[in-house]
Amino acid sequence: MTELYWLIPLIPGLSFFILLVFGPKLPKAWVSLQACLAVLASLVLSLVSFLGLLNTPPAGLPLVKTLFQWISVGRFSAALSFHFDPLTAVMTLVVTGVGFLIHVYSVGYMARDRGYSRYFALLNLFTFAMLLLVMASNMVLLFVGWEGVGLCSYLLIGFWYEKPAAAAAGQKAFIVNRIGDAGFLLGILFLFLFVGGTEFRAIDQAALQGGLSQGAATLICLLLFIGACGKSAQIPLYIWLPDAMEGPTPVSALIHAATMVTAGVYMVSRLNLLYSLSPAALQVVALVGAVTAVYAATMALVQNDIKRILAYSTISQIGFMFIGCGVGAYAAGMFHLTTHAFFKSLLFLAAGSVLHALSGEQDIRKMGGLRKHLPLTYATFLIGALAIAGVPFLSGFFSKDAILSRAYAGGHPVLWAAGLLAAVMTAFYMFRLVLLAFHGQERLEPEAKKHLHESPPVMTIPLVILAVFSIGAGYLGLPVVLGKNLDRFFRFLEPVIRPGQEGPLSSGLEWSLILASVAAAAAGIAAALVFYGRQPRIPGRLVHRFPGLYKLLLNKYYMDEIYGAVIVNPLLRGSEAVYDHFDLKVIDGAVNGAGRLAGWVGRFLNSLQSGRLKDYALGLLAGLIIILGALLL
Amino acid sequence: MIPLSWFLALSAALFVLGVAAFFVKRDLITMFLAVEVMLNAANLAFLTFAKKQGLLAGQVIVFFIITVAAAEAAVGLAIILLVFRQRKSIKTDEVDLMKG
Repeated sequence: MTELYWLIPLIPGLSFFILLVFGPKLPKAWVSLQACLAVLASLVLSLVSFLGLLNTPPAGLPLVKTLFQWISVGRFSAALSFHFDPLTAVMTLVVTGVGFLIHVYSVGYMARDRGYSRYFALLNLFTFAMLLLVMASNMVLLFVGWEGVGLCSYLLIGFWYEKPAAAAAGQKAFIVNRIGDAGFLLGILFLFLFVGGTEFRAIDQAALQGGLSQGAATLICLLLFIGACGKSAQIPLYIWLPDAMEGPTPVSALIHAATMVTAGVYMVSRLNLLYSLSPAALQVVALVGAVTAVYAATMALVQNDIKRILAYSTISQIGFMFIGCGVGAYAAGMFHLTTHAFFKSLLFLAAGSVLHALSGEQDIRKMGGLRKHLPLTYATFLIGALAIAGVPFLSGFFSKDAILSRAYAGGHPVLWAAGLLAAVMTAFYMFRLVLLAFHGQERLEPEAKKHLHESPPVMTIPLVILAVFSIGAGYLGLPVVLGKNLDRFFRFLEPVIRPGQEGPLSSGLEWSLILASVAAAAAGIAAALVFYGRQPRIPGRLVHRFPGLYKLLLNKYYMDEIYGAVIVNPLLRGSEAVYDHFDLKVIDGAVNGAGRLAGWVGRFLNSLQSGRLKDYALGLLAGLIIILGALLL
Repeated sequence: MIPLSWFLALSAALFVLGVAAFFVKRDLITMFLAVEVMLNAANLAFLTFAKKQGLLAGQVIVFFIITVAAAEAAVGLAIILLVFRQRKSIKTDEVDLMKG
C-alpha cells in the first residue's frame, strides 16, 4: 500500500471538487462528513506510507511517482510527480493529522455559519494544495502548491467578506505574499539556469558534485528565501499575519499557525544541500530568524487581542525555526515545526473555544476568571502555553532546546542569546495571556456573559488530542545527553538532512544549555506571575514609566504606518499620477481621437449622400465630363 | 445627300437637350422621358457611324439599346407608379429618404 502515497493529496482535492460543485445543495451533515473523511483517508494513507518508509532501505529513497509530463519546452521540463521521503512523511503527517483535527473542530465551530459548505470546500482545497506543496518532486510543482495555499489563505482570511476588515486583511496577505513570490519565482528561474532542472534530485546532485558556484547558490538561496519570508511571515514581510486573524479561528490554527506559514521552513530544509553551499545565505536566514523571533515577541508582550498575541507568537516561533535552519540544524528546525504545529494549533483552537463561549469577544482585558466556566479549554490552553513557553518535559522545551543548543554548538553565541531572550519573552507573554484571560476577576461584558458555556465535545476532543501531542511530540527527539538512541526524529530525517559536522557537545555543556533554557522559561513565567498575579500594579507603573516604549510596542513599531508612508502611499500616488496623466490623456486620448476622426470623416462623406436624385445625376455628369475631358486632352 | 456631320450635330443637340431636361425638370415622368431622348441621341450617333463605316455592328447595338430601353421603361414606369402610390407625388425633391 505504500505505493499509493501519490493519492494522499488527491483525495482532499477530489472532495473539494465535489463540495465546490454540489456543496450548497448537500445537507450539512454530508458536507462535514465528506470533508473530514477525505482528510482522514489522507491521514491513514500517510501513516501507511510512513510505516512503509520505515522498512525501506535509505538507498531506495526518495520514492518518486510521476503521473505525467506536465511541461516540456526545449530544455525545460516539469512533471506532475510526487515524492515521498522522510521529510515529506513528517510534513504529510503534520498536515493531515493536525488538519483532520481542525476539520473536526470546525464542524462545531462553524455549525451556524451560512457559508458552511464553502468553508469546508476551501479547507479541503487548502489541504490539497499544502500536500501538493510538500509532496512535489520539483520546484515548479512546489510553486503550484505554494500559490495554492496562498490563494486558500486569501479566501479563508476573507471568509467573512461582508466585514471590510476581513476583506482588507485577505488582500493584504495576498499582496504581501506576491512580493515574496516574485523573489521565489526568480529563484526558480535561476535554479533552472544554473542547475538545468528543478527536480529536487537534480538540485541535490548538483549541490553535492560541485556543479554550482558559491555565488550562484547564494543568489538562488536568497531569492528563494525572499519567498519564504513572505509565506512564513518573517521580517520584512511579516505584516500580513497579524491581520490574517480576521479569518475564522480554525483557519488561523490550520493555515496561519500549523502548516502554511511553516512552508518556508520546509522549503529551506528540502533544499538543505543547496543552502549548505552558501554560508552567506545561511547567515541571512539565521539573522532574519533571530531578529524576527525577538522583534515579534516584543510586540506580543503588550497586545490585548487574544488571537493577535498568538499571531505574533507564531511569527516569533517561525523565527526560531529559521535560526535552526540558518545554523545548519535543519532537522532541529523541522522538529520545532512539528511540535509547534501541535501546540500552536492547540492554542488557537482553545482560543477559538473561548471566542465561541464569549460570543466573539477577543479582548483579554474583557475576559478574566474563565477558568471556572471553561475548565477543559483552560486545561488544554494551559498545556499549550506550558509547551510553547519551554517548560521541561513538554514538546516545546525539547524542540526549542534542540535549536538553541545547535546554535551554540555551531559557534553562534549571539544567535543563541537572541533565541534565549525570545524564549523568556515567549514564556512571559503566554502566561500574561493565561493569567489575564483565565485567572483573576471576571471582567466580562454582559453581552459576552449571556452564552457563557464550555464548547461541545466535537470541539473539545480535538483539543484534548492536540494537548496529548503537545506534551508527547517532544519525546520523538530527545537530546543525546539523555540517552543514546532517543533522537529518533533526527535519525529518521537523516536520509534527507545530514547531521551537522560538529561533533556531539560535551555532556557538561549540553546540560548547562538545557539549564539555561529552563531558566529562561522559568524567568518568563515567574515575571508574568508577579506582574499579573501578585503585583498587578507593576504593569501600569511600567507603562507610566516608559510611555514611549509602551506606545511603540502597542502600535507594533508603527510598521504598518511606516510601510504605508514609504511604500504603499508613494505607489498609490504614483499610480494616480500615471492614471491622470498617461492613462487619461495619452491612452484615452488616442482611443477617443481615433473614434472622433472616424466621426469627422463620416460627417464629411455624409453630406454627399443627400438622397436627391439630381445630386447623384450631377455627380454622374461631372464624372462624364472629367473622363471625356481627359480623353480629349 | 445630307452630310454626316448634320446627323451628328442633331444627335449631340438631342443629347444635350436630354441632359438639360433631366436636370431642369423635377417630376420623374419628364426626367424619364429625358433619359429616353438621350438614349435615342446615342442611337442616332451609332447609326450615323455604322452608315459611314459600312459595318453592321452599330445597327445591332442600336437594336440592343431599343430592347433595353423597352425593358427599362417597363421597370421604370412601375417604380414611378409605386412611388406615386406611396407618396402621392412624383417630385424628386420630395423623395429623399436615402439621405445619409
